[in-house]
Amino acid sequence: MCLAIPGKSLDISKKDGVRAGRVEFGGIVKQVCLDFAPEAEVGDYVMVHVGFAISRVDREEAERTYQILEAMGLLEGELPPSAQESQETLP
Amino acid sequence: MKYLDEYRDEKIAHALAQEIRERVTHPWVLMEICGGQTHTIMRYGIDELLPREVELVHGPGCPVCVTPLETIDKALELAALPDLTLVSYGDMLRVPGSSSDLFHAKANGSDVRVVYSPLEALKLARANPARKIVFLAIGFETTAPANAMAVWQARREGLDNFSVLASHVLVPPAMRLLLGSPDNRVQGFIAPGHVCTVMGYRQYEEMVNEFRVPIVVGGFEPVDLLEAILMLVRQLEEGRAVMENQYVRSVTRDGNLPAQQIVETVFEVCDQKWRGIGTIPQSGLRIRPEFSAHDAEKIFGMSEIKVEEPTECISAQVLKGLKKPPDCPAFANGCTPESPLGAPMVSAEGACAAYYRYRRHKVLQERVCNG
Repeated sequence: MCLAIPGKSLDISKKDGVRAGRVEFGGIVKQVCLDFAPEAEVGDYVMVHVGFAISRVDREEAERTYQILEAMGLLEGELPPSAQESQETLP
Repeated sequence: MKYLDEYRDEKIAHALAQEIRERVTHPWVLMEICGGQTHTIMRYGIDELLPREVELVHGPGCPVCVTPLETIDKALELAALPDLTLVSYGDMLRVPGSSSDLFHAKANGSDVRVVYSPLEALKLARANPARKIVFLAIGFETTAPANAMAVWQARREGLDNFSVLASHVLVPPAMRLLLGSPDNRVQGFIAPGHVCTVMGYRQYEEMVNEFRVPIVVGGFEPVDLLEAILMLVRQLEEGRAVMENQYVRSVTRDGNLPAQQIVETVFEVCDQKWRGIGTIPQSGLRIRPEFSAHDAEKIFGMSEIKVEEPTECISAQVLKGLKKPPDCPAFANGCTPESPLGAPMVSAEGACAAYYRYRRHKVLQERVCNG
């Protein structure tokens, strides 16, 4: 539950009043809130927990961590397929 | 090539384990708090790499596991209401309340949705103004800022149909409870890396001084954990008790200040019941009155309920590091992840579930051999 996944910041903008942007995790792109990582810039790597960047990490470290988490099978819970995002409207 | 790094790590891991073996002269009991770390330890057999003198016991750091039965029952009560969508992190769906779980509620027609982020719950509220969206917000300090932001954002946008059923737990009060207990066995702690990424480790320094117990903030990879164990063993063998940080790539002494600030704005500290342990004073977070328009407990007038937990389960002792999961007669014998009796079996990060997944064949074999 307290896992955080490293990803690369692709862009940053103000969205719904918060600093947000797209972050890439080994091919999967997610919308992430960057309010808690005000120092992060486009191209930086951040540790992401439930859609929020909680720290900035260096690139080598991020890539290494990502590979290990992938090999450990721990990414599944943190990065589920984003089916929900395309089905926002409820019955 | 993908496994090259892992191989390197394996070499480092064995070197670290070797150094631990060389350093150790006394028996030591160490505890990792975080369920994610328990999972790594079991998955990689880190406990089996260690010399016999170093015993790892597993702490209560799985928020899914320690969410009280009453909260699940409240979520089930809400999910049964018409025009209401109950939104939750995926791990919570299989967690049994006193009579059912959210997964069954969903199968029986309740509108229960899984999200990976509270931001998605907010999106649902924006897109469905006619429905009430209730987010079941659980977690330790790592998750609290994200959940707090959802409440803050809902108020800012005037999203009247969005509310939160909050059940948050805090690590330091639980560690204090263990350290202050007369039957405590733990002599050194691995503090949770991502909780400390958010909170820093000043509160842990206070515990080091007060209880003269070494604490090392540790990461989540096998090498992180072995290094943290080595740092603890060194301190214990040298008779020192200081605060150290193994997870320097993510953790600073002060932690993440903007994240702490939103938690402080939205939540206040309260007494909190932990499944399997009971109520720990000042160990939880509840929504401040200023945000009660988004507090599901207030909006739906949820009454205080009290539920008894099954007595055949020894989870209280497991969560305090007094017993290991295989010591329980019900382990894999009436208590399984599909049908859990107690807190540490309910989520993949619970200690009993980790033993069940990676060690049950060994445990069952030993049981047969020992008659």
